[in-house]
Amino acid sequence: MIILQKIGLGLVVTGIVLFTYLLTQGRYTVTEDALGVASSFHQESILDKAREAGVLNHTYHSSAAFLSDYKGVITAAQADLASSPVPDGIAEWDYKIGDWKVKEYLQSASRSCLSGPVKENPLKWLLLTIGLAILGGLLYILPAFSKIPGIKHDGIYHSSMKRGLKLPQRSFFLLATVIGVLWYGITYMSGQWFHSLHTLLIGALVVYLVYFRGEKTAAAPRSASPSAVAWLGIVTGTYLIGFYILLYWFPQYISPWIEMVDPVSRSISGNPASQWFLYGFLYTIIMLVMGVRMIAKYRHNRYQIIRTLSVVFFQTAFAFLLPEILARLNQPYYDFKNIWPLNYTFFFDWNLSTLMSSGGLGIFMLVWGIALVLIGVPVITYFYGKRWYCSWVCGCGGLAETLGDPYRQLSDKSLKAWKIERYTIHAVLVFAVVMTIGVLYTYFSGSSRLLFLDSNNLRTWYGFLIGSAFAGVVGTGFYPLMGNRMWCRFGCPLAAYLGLVQKFKSRFRITVNGGQCISCGNCSTYCEMGIDVRHYAQRGQDVVRSSCVGCGVCAAVCPRGVLRLENGSVDIDTRTEPLRTIHIRSDEVGIL
Amino acid sequence: MHTVIIGNGVSGITAARTLRKLSDQRITVISYETEHFFSRTALMYVYMGHMRFEDIKPYEDWFWEKNKIDLIKDRVTSIDFESKSLRLDATGELSYDSLILALGSKGNRFGWPGQDLQGVSGLYHVQDLERMEQHSPGLERAVVVGGGLIGIEMAEMFASRDIDVTFLVRETNYWNNVLPEEESQMISDHIREHHFDLRLGVNLGEIIDNGQGQVGGVVIKESGEKIPCGFVGLTPGVSPNIGWLKEGPLETNRGILVNAHLETNQPDVYAIGDCAEITEPRPGRRPIEAVWYTGRMMGETVAHTLAGNRTAYDPGIWFNSAKFLDIEYQVYGDVPARPGEEIGQYFWKGPDGRKSFRILFHKEHGHVTGFNLLGIRFRHEVCEKWLRDQTPVDQVMSNLALANFDPEFYRMHEEEIVAGYNAALGRQVRHRAKRNLNHVLKFLKSK
Repeated sequence: MIILQKIGLGLVVTGIVLFTYLLTQGRYTVTEDALGVASSFHQESILDKAREAGVLNHTYHSSAAFLSDYKGVITAAQADLASSPVPDGIAEWDYKIGDWKVKEYLQSASRSCLSGPVKENPLKWLLLTIGLAILGGLLYILPAFSKIPGIKHDGIYHSSMKRGLKLPQRSFFLLATVIGVLWYGITYMSGQWFHSLHTLLIGALVVYLVYFRGEKTAAAPRSASPSAVAWLGIVTGTYLIGFYILLYWFPQYISPWIEMVDPVSRSISGNPASQWFLYGFLYTIIMLVMGVRMIAKYRHNRYQIIRTLSVVFFQTAFAFLLPEILARLNQPYYDFKNIWPLNYTFFFDWNLSTLMSSGGLGIFMLVWGIALVLIGVPVITYFYGKRWYCSWVCGCGGLAETLGDPYRQLSDKSLKAWKIERYTIHAVLVFAVVMTIGVLYTYFSGSSRLLFLDSNNLRTWYGFLIGSAFAGVVGTGFYPLMGNRMWCRFGCPLAAYLGLVQKFKSRFRITVNGGQCISCGNCSTYCEMGIDVRHYAQRGQDVVRSSCVGCGVCAAVCPRGVLRLENGSVDIDTRTEPLRTIHIRSDEVGIL
Repeated sequence: MHTVIIGNGVSGITAARTLRKLSDQRITVISYETEHFFSRTALMYVYMGHMRFEDIKPYEDWFWEKNKIDLIKDRVTSIDFESKSLRLDATGELSYDSLILALGSKGNRFGWPGQDLQGVSGLYHVQDLERMEQHSPGLERAVVVGGGLIGIEMAEMFASRDIDVTFLVRETNYWNNVLPEEESQMISDHIREHHFDLRLGVNLGEIIDNGQGQVGGVVIKESGEKIPCGFVGLTPGVSPNIGWLKEGPLETNRGILVNAHLETNQPDVYAIGDCAEITEPRPGRRPIEAVWYTGRMMGETVAHTLAGNRTAYDPGIWFNSAKFLDIEYQVYGDVPARPGEEIGQYFWKGPDGRKSFRILFHKEHGHVTGFNLLGIRFRHEVCEKWLRDQTPVDQVMSNLALANFDPEFYRMHEEEIVAGYNAALGRQVRHRAKRNLNHVLKFLKSK
C-alpha cells in the first residue's frame, strides 16, 4: 500500500468518525416557536405540559435526554386530550394525539429544536465528514489505475475486512438480528405479538424443511476460515446494522446528519431534508465512489466497466435526482426504474391516489409501473436474463456491485444455503403478492378485512419485516458478515419473479467452454449469489439458474477462459442438456 | 466387486465418480495427501488469499458418503498382485477385484547440492503449500528455478505477498521449448513488467546452507553469481510418482506402462493420469501427458472398462490452457515451438503486447492444424470441429468470430487479424462471421 492510499484510508476513517461524532454534538432547546407540532390543539396542550415539566427553554446536550423528556411531555398531553371532551366541529382523530403522531412529533421536534455546530454550518460539516470520506476513498482507489490490468484478488482471505466469519460467528449475527427484529417488531406493531410469531413459525418451517426433513444427519459445521477472526468485518457490519436501525426506526436520533444535508436537499428539490433524502444522498455518493473502485479493479473488462457505469447512472439519475426534481415541479415523487414487488408501496392507496390525481404524468407513471411488471420484466428477461435489471439497473443490486464488491466471496455456496434460498425468496414473493392483493382489495372495497387477514396490519408488517429489516438491516448490514447479495438472493420478491422467467423461458445462460475447466473454484468463490458455478463448469454444462444476476464476475475471474454470458434462442429448451466434458458416450467413443 | 483406486487427484476421482454412475460396485479411494479431493491446479490461489482451502474442493464433504465412495486416508506400503491385496500403513490389509493406480507425479530433482535444505520445495502437494506458508513470514527474496507452468505460478505466489522473486530459467526465453518464440517473448516481457528478476539461459549451480541447515542463497552455475534468498522453489518439471513400485512385478519405464486400454501387465490393474506411460501413444502425442484434462479423460475411460464396456483411451484433439500472471493462454490442436517444413502459419500480436493469435495450417493441403492464443479466449468446440473436419484455413479465417469467446463488449480483433493474414499470405479472405451464439450452435450441429 503506497503512502497516498494510507492517507486516503486515514481520511475515510476520520470522515466516518467525525460523521458518527456529529450525533453527539446536537443541542436541543424546546421553545414556543419550535415545538415540532403542526396541530394547534396539540401545540397548546404540549406547550402547557412542557412548561409544567420545566422542559421549556431548557437546553439539552444529548438527544437521548431530550427525547426522553419531550416524549414525557407529549404523552402527558396525549393523556390530557384523550380524557377531555372533543370540541364541536372537530374530528376526534384530529383532536387526540394518536400513537403514531407521538413518534412523528418527536422526530420533527428533534429537527426544529436542534441547535449546535451542524445547524450553524451544515456545509462545513458535510465537507468534513462525507466530503473527507469521498476524498479519502478516491485517494485510496485511484492508484489502482496504475497497476497492470487483470484480476486483483491477492490477500482477500488474509484481510481482516474481507475474510468472512466462521459459522458460529455468522450464526450469532443472524440469530441476534432475527431475535432483535422480531422483538422490536412487537413494539413496532403496537404490541401485536402475533406478526412476530407467524414470521417465527414460517422461519421455523424453513429450518425444518432444510435441516430435518428426510435427512438423517446435518452436515458438520464448515470452518469459514482457517484461523483469524474478521474483526474489521464485524465492526463494519455492526456499524452498518446500527445505521439502518437508526435510519428506519429511530430517525429522531440522527437529526444532525439530516440537518447537514438540508442545504443540498433545498438546492435540488426546494424541500427540507428528511432521513430518506439523507439515505438517498449517502447511497448515491457511496455508489459513485465505490463505482470508481469497481472500474479501477476491472478496467481490463469492458463488460464490468459498462455495467458499473449503468448501475451508477440509474441510481444517480433515476433513483436520486429525478424524483427530487419531480417533487420540485410538484409532481409525484417517482422512481421510474423501481418495479413492484420490490417497490412494494406501488399499489398502496396513497400512492394510487397521488398518481391518479396528478394529471397526465401521474397516469403515465401508473401505466408505466404496471407495464413494467406485466410486460417489461418478462419480455426483457426473455431476451437478456434477469441481469438487465439486477446488475444493470437496480439500486439494491447497484450498491451490492459497488460497495458490496469487496465482500462477494462471502456468500455461502453449500447445497443447504441453496435450499434455504429457494424457500425464503419464494416465501417473500408470496407474502408480497398476498399483501398487495389485500391492499388492493381494501382500496376498492373500503374494507380492511380479507378473509382472516387485516390488510393494514399486513402491509405494516411487510414494510417492517421485509422492506426495512430484511432489505436494509440484513441486506446491507450483512455485507461483511455473509456477503453482498443477502437480500437479492434470499429475500427480493422481484428477483424471485425475474428468476422464474429466467429459469423457464429465457435466452440467457452462462456457456461453458468445452472441456477447459480445471475445477479451481474461482467462479464459485466469487459468485455473489452463492451459485456453485464450478459444478456446471467442470461437467461442461451451461449454467441456467434462477438466482444468477449475470454480474459476469465468474467469467472475469476464470483463469482458463471457460465461462461466457450469452443469449441465444436456438436451444432455448435444451440449454443445459449437453455435458461437454463427458468424453465417452455409451454407444460411441467420441471426444467431448 | 470391489474397485480400489490409489490416488484422489482428478484422474482417480473421475474414475470413481464415473464408475459410480455406471455401476453399483464397491469403490474405495485411498490417499495419503488429503482426506478429500481438491483441485491441485488451484493450490496457488489459497496461498495468494483468493480462496480458502475448502473453496478449492470441488465437492462438499458429504458428497462421498452420499455417493457411497469410501475414502481412506492412509499410505499404501505394498501391493500383492497375486493375491490382489494391498497393505496399508495404519488400516492393514485391503483386498481388491480391480485396482486403479492414479499415483500422480513428483517434482524432479537433479541432485543439486543443497536440494534437501530447509526452505527448498516444489509445488505439487498440499504439504508443499504448507511449507511455503511456513517460510513466508519475514521472507525477503525467493528464487524459483525452472521456467515452466509451476515455476511462474510460484513466482506469482511470492509476488502476491510482496516477496521479491528471482526466476531462473534454463531456456533462452520463458517456456520456449513449448511456446513459439513470439509468444515466449511476450510472456518474458510480461514477467519483467511485473518486476520479477527474470534470468534467462541460466542453470542452478548449488543451493547454499546458511549455517543452520536452511537456505541462505543460490549460486548460478554459469556466472558463479551468488543470490541471497530465504527460499528456493524447485520446479524443473515432474515425473511419475512410482518410486516404490519400480522393484515389483509391475512393468514400468518412466511411468507405469499401459496399453491402449490403460491396462498394466498385471491382471485387473490399471494406471491412469500422470503416472501412466502409454506404450503406443497416438501420433503426435507423448507417452506421458501430465495435464488435468488427460487425467480426467483417462479416469472416465477406465471407469467404462470396469463397468463392463472395455474402452480404449482416445485423448482426441490436443488442447490446453494456462494463465501467465495476467495473460491467459489457450492452445487447440498441434502447435509446436518449431513446426516442421510442411506447416505454414500466421501470427498476430495486439498493440498492447498482451494479446496474440497464431494459426497453423498444412501448406500443401491447406487445412488448419492448430491455434495458439494469448489474451483472447476461443471456443473449444468450434476450434475442435475445424480441426477435426480439416477445414481449409481460409474458410476458418473468414469465420473466425465464430470461435471468439471473450466476454461481451470486449474489443474484437478479427477484422485486423484477417487483414494481417491477407497481407502476409497474399490471400483475399473476407471476414464475414459475427460473434453470435445462435450461429455457433447451428455451426456445431452442422455436418
